[in-house]
Amino acid sequence: MTDKTVKPTPSEKKDDKFDLRQIFEGSYNTLLPLLAIFTGLVIGAIVIAGTDATVIAAWKNFFQAPGAAFAATWTSIATAYGALFGGSLGNPRDIVAGFQTYFSTGDNAALLKAIYPITESLTTATPYIFAGLAVAVGFRCGLFNIGAEGQFFMGALGSVFVGYSLQGLPAFIHLPLALLGGIAAGALWGAIPGYLKAKFGAHEVVNTIMMNWIGFRLSDWLLNGPMKSPGFRPVTRNIAESAQLPHFFPDPLRVNWGFILALLVAWLIYWLLFKTTIGFEIRTVGANPDAAKYAGVNIVRNFVLAMVISGGLAGLSGASQVLGVDHWVGQGFSAGYGFDAIAIALLGKSHPFGVVLAALLFGVLRGGATRMQSLAGIPVDIISIIQGLVIVFVAAPDIIRWLYRIRPAEHKQALQSRG
Amino acid sequence: MMNTKKNPEIDMRTRIAWGVVLIVVGLLVLFLFAFSTEAGQVTKFGLNEAKGEAITIPDLLLPTQPTNYVLALILIAFGAFQLARGVKSTSTLVAVLAFSFVMAFLVWAARDKSFSLVGMLSSSVVRATPIALAALCGVISERAGVTNIGIEGTMLFAAQVSVIVGTTTHNLWIALLAAILTGAAVASLHAFLVIKFKVDQIISGTAVNILGAGVTSFVSSRFLEKNIDTLNNSGTLPAFAIPLLSKIPVLGPVLFDNTPIVYLTILLVAVLHVVLFYTPWGLRTRAVGEHPKAADTLGVNVYLMRYINVMIGGMFAGLGGAYFTVGSVGRFDEVMTAGKGFIGLAAMIFGKWTPIGAYTSSLIFGFADSLQVKLQILKVGIPPEFLLMAPYIVTMIVLTGVVGKAVAPAADGQPYEK
Repeated sequence: MTDKTVKPTPSEKKDDKFDLRQIFEGSYNTLLPLLAIFTGLVIGAIVIAGTDATVIAAWKNFFQAPGAAFAATWTSIATAYGALFGGSLGNPRDIVAGFQTYFSTGDNAALLKAIYPITESLTTATPYIFAGLAVAVGFRCGLFNIGAEGQFFMGALGSVFVGYSLQGLPAFIHLPLALLGGIAAGALWGAIPGYLKAKFGAHEVVNTIMMNWIGFRLSDWLLNGPMKSPGFRPVTRNIAESAQLPHFFPDPLRVNWGFILALLVAWLIYWLLFKTTIGFEIRTVGANPDAAKYAGVNIVRNFVLAMVISGGLAGLSGASQVLGVDHWVGQGFSAGYGFDAIAIALLGKSHPFGVVLAALLFGVLRGGATRMQSLAGIPVDIISIIQGLVIVFVAAPDIIRWLYRIRPAEHKQALQSRG
Repeated sequence: MMNTKKNPEIDMRTRIAWGVVLIVVGLLVLFLFAFSTEAGQVTKFGLNEAKGEAITIPDLLLPTQPTNYVLALILIAFGAFQLARGVKSTSTLVAVLAFSFVMAFLVWAARDKSFSLVGMLSSSVVRATPIALAALCGVISERAGVTNIGIEGTMLFAAQVSVIVGTTTHNLWIALLAAILTGAAVASLHAFLVIKFKVDQIISGTAVNILGAGVTSFVSSRFLEKNIDTLNNSGTLPAFAIPLLSKIPVLGPVLFDNTPIVYLTILLVAVLHVVLFYTPWGLRTRAVGEHPKAADTLGVNVYLMRYINVMIGGMFAGLGGAYFTVGSVGRFDEVMTAGKGFIGLAAMIFGKWTPIGAYTSSLIFGFADSLQVKLQILKVGIPPEFLLMAPYIVTMIVLTGVVGKAVAPAADGQPYEK
């Protein structure tokens, strides 16, 4: 801890730039995450082909028919990834045809069908944006919020409670209240570890893990007890229509205002982190708590504040999923969003705009995975594998540099936001 | 990092806090448990497993109300003593508090009923086993300065490999060995990332967890589900009663009539305790975790020590993974470890990074786990979920340092650069 030195501010200015042009200007800052994703997908392809019975059989006959072995491998990978990206982005030709039909006849059925996959990806990306931002804010303050998973669940429960218990309110009051319910529940779940860290020095990693499990148990109880809907299944009642985030298109397209809200919040967090004193203090504490303390920054307040914001964002993530998509909450609702968020924050370099891009990518991967499972028989868990690999590669850029023979960049990035 | 100097003011505050807590709990016992029972009620604790113990001892019959009065009195008296004079040892305080409260609660919950104490204790030991192995993995890794939160993922890998190996070879001992080696392999990946590439240890652990859940679920739905009989049906290691010892009343069925993994765990606790605190190897391990620079100066190979200790930890986690499959049900289910790796982490902290402490905490957590099952049977109006929360809440309280400070090794989680 003591060997960290205080960095002067010149690098500070660069920190808030997230410029795609960096790729072409040869800055490795953006190139490395892209290569990490690429490598993850390549290894994913190897796993897909390597566990395919047809491919294995073809390779057993490699010496009789080498061409067949390669063909089988290619077919296996192409089918899987074709289904994955087809299922998440749709077919461009169908989309164009859909637009033509719509403009010539005014019939939007074909268009809606064609854009269904891509809207589903955006729907999936929405909670990822919030959750990724949650973890990123923590990182910026030097805190590792592993508890986004529990905060997500608590947020979902908070918003669903407001959503179904209040009836007869106009939407412009009910919906914000339901969102606030989610934010408050998540923020509370984040504030506790933040306070314990600030006040007692208790490690936030362990405490957020503990809060996750306390949250899971609490939700088990709530869903089987006080919040259980009439019936056998341990689920809540549906929220009132006035608490729902409106959808853009008729069913079955589920993309909703949550997505726009996510983009707005991302911009808000960018502004907060890089354009306000509050954000400056949070980042200073993250870069070097000792230096921040001697500069007169209130460490306790910033730790708690960062965890409240982080938890609130994770709660909002859960709320957006409830209010925009599911409209009720059941067991296992968090389904890994909080852990995926860690990968997203890392991939997005804890920058709000980077987080949005990373979340869109994960929305595409997760959105298409279901189709890949039904068409190509590849379990959706392949996405978790790719995700785990991406985390490893992003966190250990030396592996990527070694793989692609990239010369190490000068060590200007010595001060990473680390938990 | 922590201020180790004695601060009399804080000492006094803690002493008074403890006194107040003890008295409040004593009053709770009085009001909740003692007053709500009737004079004639009797609680019967079964002390025999009926597995042919040599000597069957009579069941313990306790008059419900008087017993609760006595326990409440003990708590209040102890609290008063704590306010006036006080004992230093936190463990004594915790022990008195926990024993009296749990006992009072059980006597109350099982009033007018018969309750197999031995059965519950023996299931506590079994349930504590995977938690203890995860905790031991944490202890040895963190003593060497490497945080490993990827225990959960490591256990999943090992659980799956052991069931596949066990089913294909029809030899459960080979399956056990495979699990241990898998644990070591996964841990070495973590060690490689954090030591060689200086990846943040929490991030690497998270990646191991995500990969563990991802890969095992992938393999499970791609292969195991379709080939249950040829890949996912290993059978289980048989329980093995130790001759003579298993005939001792109470202790026999609880401790000496178990599967090999349970015995192995107890043995490993003892071995690790000796190795860690009474051998040069252990001294070096702890030096590397507390002050790697000093250790390096004295000629200890910091990196090597860390690699090896993390891998040994992985072996413990691997054994813990095997408990879930060949040790209990004989098949693999997706994410079947259900957070035991994380409870292990909690047990490690609660046990203050010592093997014996970690095992004791695991027993307590195992006890809480089996208690909640029993409570559902006894139909006490307390939701079992709250008991399941207890280990996590206790850990968070311990981490605050209000009751008995738990201090991690000084260089825990920090990469070492020469």
